[in-house]
Amino acid sequence: MDFWPTDDQAALQEGVRTFCQGRFPFETLHDIEAAGGRIDRSAWKDIADMGVFSLRTDGFGITDAALVFEELGRALVPGPLVATYLAATHLSDSAAASGAAIIGLAEVAEPVTVIEHADDLDVLLLLDSNGVRRMAPDALPTDVVERPVDPLTPLRLAHAVTAGGDMVLSGADARAFRLEGTLLTAAMQVGVSFAAIDLAVEYAKGREQFGRPIGQFQAVKHMCADMLTRAEVARSAMYAAAANLEGKGEDDAEHAVRVAKMLAGDAAIFCGKTGIQLHGGMGFTWEVNAQRFWKRATVLDTHFGNSDIHADAIAAAM
Amino acid sequence: MDLRYTNSELAFREELRAWLREVLPSVPPEPHRNDWEGRRAWDTGWQRMLFDAGYAGINWPKEYGGRGATPTEHLIFLEETERMRAPYVGMNFVGLLHAGPTLIAEATEEQKAYHLPGILKGEHVWCQGFSEPGAGSDLASLRCRAFRDGDDYVISGSKIWTSFGHTADYCEMLVRTDPDAPKHKGITWLILPMNAAGIDIRPLRTMEGSTEFCEVYFDEVRVPVKNRVGDENDGWRVTMVTLAFERGTAFVSEMLQSMELVRDLTDLAKKITRHGSTAWEDAGLRRELAHLSGELDALWALTKRNISEAQRKGLVGAGGNVFKVAYTDVRQKLGDISMRLLDRASLSLDDMAGLPTGKHVKGRIHALSIGIAAGTSQVQKNIVSERVLGLPKDR
Repeated sequence: MDFWPTDDQAALQEGVRTFCQGRFPFETLHDIEAAGGRIDRSAWKDIADMGVFSLRTDGFGITDAALVFEELGRALVPGPLVATYLAATHLSDSAAASGAAIIGLAEVAEPVTVIEHADDLDVLLLLDSNGVRRMAPDALPTDVVERPVDPLTPLRLAHAVTAGGDMVLSGADARAFRLEGTLLTAAMQVGVSFAAIDLAVEYAKGREQFGRPIGQFQAVKHMCADMLTRAEVARSAMYAAAANLEGKGEDDAEHAVRVAKMLAGDAAIFCGKTGIQLHGGMGFTWEVNAQRFWKRATVLDTHFGNSDIHADAIAAAM
Repeated sequence: MDLRYTNSELAFREELRAWLREVLPSVPPEPHRNDWEGRRAWDTGWQRMLFDAGYAGINWPKEYGGRGATPTEHLIFLEETERMRAPYVGMNFVGLLHAGPTLIAEATEEQKAYHLPGILKGEHVWCQGFSEPGAGSDLASLRCRAFRDGDDYVISGSKIWTSFGHTADYCEMLVRTDPDAPKHKGITWLILPMNAAGIDIRPLRTMEGSTEFCEVYFDEVRVPVKNRVGDENDGWRVTMVTLAFERGTAFVSEMLQSMELVRDLTDLAKKITRHGSTAWEDAGLRRELAHLSGELDALWALTKRNISEAQRKGLVGAGGNVFKVAYTDVRQKLGDISMRLLDRASLSLDDMAGLPTGKHVKGRIHALSIGIAAGTSQVQKNIVSERVLGLPKDR
């Protein structure tokens, strides 16, 4: 057993982190937001050139992908990253792999089905209990959602989702698609958690009240320790799920993925919320990024089933 | 990142299982918890069996009589002995997990040659003289004095929470040798024979009803200077070696027990009815149990990460502190669920109306100690925030 990133994996993760810091520094999020959350095609191509979408066809494994998506989550890189990766990996879509096409994914859900980044998509994948359907992004009648919670994740509300498209994955193939998407979303949630922690800790070290850094107060310290605890526990579950999904473990992969998504979803929302609280009044402003982690966390929680849905499925197997 | 065991790890597991299957039937029944003579014989008897089979000091270096197992093999050992319900480390805890590793790291060859075999063979039981009534979380403020008189140290003061103090042969003892130095700089680590004159041991009754803990009073107790481990006034550094050791794998057996507790509670919930339906039909309860079950899976994964990190880097990282904070919370919540499930049947320490209430009530009480023993959750959070996250100390 060697449940720790290998030197190659650590280098891969470090490489993606450096790329994200250079290409998607947090300062640029304001510009993307000002552009209505639209995706910059040249930036998308750069993500593809980094090898993010073609990881699996380039010979990397699921654990490698999990580490990469943790970094993409940490940097709040916007866009349907998981969906495009899944199209390249499970549908052999070479345009997705090369960054020439942006692939979106919507889950048919109650009470509403929403499509993220709809105006930038080349292809829409629709996921329901029967499998994955592929269609043109304008094949479904939609209305734009004027004020999405996360301004970096623009939305359209879909109507009449029963119609159209070609069934491209079903049965075990669709299950594998869903499992890997769930895992990589959990990876992004873990990344969001750690980004919220980094910002909160930096603030706690620098912000002075009562003549000293607030990070000296135990009340503040313990908030940070609680965030780290949740995030590390979730990260452990996520890595275990990745290893099991890759065949490098002895536990049921589907169960492990559900546990990962449940804990990572809760960790991201908790860390986002606690990060805002720790910033005090500034945390509630638009200007400070603390809010962005929480907003992204709320979006990711709805992907591939929220925490309650996975908890119920885990209970059903108990 | 690979969770699979190597062939040699699997072979180790098989060999251990075969041995456990062979010897466990010959282990006598566990004595009553307050039968101290019986418990000592039982705990040290098991230790002797481990020694004879080559499993004593599983993670100790070979040159000091241990097995020299890798961290992963150590984890397998803890997992298999727990799953096959072998006796727990019990009274050998301080010797094997605290004092022994400290001696290996810091003692003279003469001290090691005498004490290490005694611990490994189950001949010597050790206790710990660290905490004091006035020095708990702030351990370095301890005041139990020792002054030099010729070839002896003369100790006066008191210690508390000394588990097995009344049955132990030796005590790993922290004393204040320089009251004028800064608090971390005036402490010395001594090997104290518990049969020395002037020691008064008074058992403390815990809320579980056990008398495992003791208060120990020292009235001019003489200890030879040659019993000192490390330099005079360097005892704090010597101690840190031990504490780092403790946070690696100390809760593995506990956690495996909690995983079983989840299964027990699930079975219980499917049996117990309220208002005409089973407790398991309550979606809230199911979701809560599923959550805790998932957290235990995650903590098991975290343990494997910690072990793998130790294997790779040769030292235990901060993952142990994170583990303890999270585990405490999970275990206490499981205790709360068990009581809500049993409702008024949870009011007895013995089984009631055919329900297994005793173990759940005792388990819930025990859970309260987990957030306190070996560094309270609050101290753990200070450590996590200062050492991992780099927040400034408030001192």
